[in-house]
Amino acid sequence: MSKIALKVENLVKKYSSVVALKGISFEIKEKELFALLGPNGAGKTTTIRIIAGLTNPDSGKIYLFEKNLYNNLIWSKSQIGIVPQHINLDMELTVEENLLIHGLLYKLSLSLIKKRISELLELADLKERKNSKIKELSGGLKRRVLIIRALMHKPKLLLLDEPTVGLDPYIRRKIWSFIKNIQANGTTILLTTHYMEEAEYLADRVAFIFSGEIKAINTPKDFIKQLGNYAVDVYLSDKLKTSYFKEKKEAEKELLKYSKNHFVSLRRVTLEDAFLKYVEKNL
Amino acid sequence: MKGFFATYLREFLLLKKRFIRVLISFSINPLLYIFAFGIGLGKNITIGGKSYLEFLIPGLISATSMMQAFAINVEINIARFYLKIFEEFQSSPISNLSYALGEVLSGVTRAFLATFIILVISFLAGVKFYLNFYFFLTVFLNAFVFASLGLASAMLIKSHADQALVTNFIITPMMFLGGTFFPTENLPFFIKPVIEALPLTITSHTLRSIALYNSFKYSSLFILLVIAIISFMIALYSIKGAKN
Repeated sequence: MSKIALKVENLVKKYSSVVALKGISFEIKEKELFALLGPNGAGKTTTIRIIAGLTNPDSGKIYLFEKNLYNNLIWSKSQIGIVPQHINLDMELTVEENLLIHGLLYKLSLSLIKKRISELLELADLKERKNSKIKELSGGLKRRVLIIRALMHKPKLLLLDEPTVGLDPYIRRKIWSFIKNIQANGTTILLTTHYMEEAEYLADRVAFIFSGEIKAINTPKDFIKQLGNYAVDVYLSDKLKTSYFKEKKEAEKELLKYSKNHFVSLRRVTLEDAFLKYVEKNL
Repeated sequence: MKGFFATYLREFLLLKKRFIRVLISFSINPLLYIFAFGIGLGKNITIGGKSYLEFLIPGLISATSMMQAFAINVEINIARFYLKIFEEFQSSPISNLSYALGEVLSGVTRAFLATFIILVISFLAGVKFYLNFYFFLTVFLNAFVFASLGLASAMLIKSHADQALVTNFIITPMMFLGGTFFPTENLPFFIKPVIEALPLTITSHTLRSIALYNSFKYSSLFILLVIAIISFMIALYSIKGAKN
């Protein structure tokens, strides 16, 4: 049985009158990729910031590999790598200098820093850009530097806060395979995203988070299964009506029923369908 | 120690990359003051038997080292509000003490760079001074005080725009009143004790005593040391408050 890497219990965070987190709880198993999926303002980034020690919660507990995170803050920080939503790299410094400073912040020896820089530049296919200033890199390359910077100290838990936001589909897929690679090397990952296909492709388990509350936790497959295998979209004059079916034959019947007077389509059910069902329930 | 070194190294690398620009910008103000006040206005003025230029330069070193040390607040603000690099430091396993020491000593480095520029300009202008260990210790303590206050102000303010207010209301008046351009002995009785208690005034008097007369009071250095420790404690406390 896998060990629990991260355990979050009843986390509450208030910003003046706004309650950002209303007592969320979840667990992540070792080597698992767990995704927090929710709309903007749902509390995803607040959760990540609290786990990274950047923000204090009002109440609740966090255990990292069975140790209380706040009672062992310096140790916990050394076990966590964070990839924030915004690119917080030093634009004037080179790729290598950014990685060097991170290595020193995590108290690595100079020889280990040198070795890790070389390994990670290779992994991210960035060897040629070692001496480039960050400001000279494209958005996708900056993201890759941001991710390998978080991996410099070999964290046991990697926090990825919207790692592909603003990237084109081609670069996004490259980053996905990079993240899969990191997980395959044994790193536990907590990912926040509002891209459904990203969570469906990457996550072992997904939590739907709305207005600071986790509404459901499941595997992407099981979320989809609950709805069915096939979806029929009917474009009515004022709205889009989607129906879900276990069997393809039933779906085709529905398709025929509406095809004379409306634009219709038949497709596979996705995680987005499951998510939208929860949105309907929670709005 | 590595945490301190990482913080210092980041600022040092940035300074190195902008070295020529920094050198020029550090030289402009002292050059203007030396030409306008020292050579222009002060040509026929003597204070305590010394030329105005000789009187001015130690004060200018005090004021410029204060300004440059305090100016780390701009770098920290950019790192905090614009680049968000402060979060990288906050999420790393380094203590606030390491972070504060790294930032403050980078401010001290900037102050020493500015001091050396003025000394070179003074040498080229033909002004001769006594320079000894205590002269540089005084510059160090002055820079340490104002770099700590720069760090504290950068942590306490809520936006980049607020920083200009701190500079306009505290640093600029101190530069003009703190014994840089004129002797504080002639100030009105109700303001004199306040002005003379300012760290910049203590620094100006001490540097002037050493540079012109090769003498100083140990008590002045002790007071500066106490102010430096208090300022650093304020900076450390402010870092805690910058969370959230």
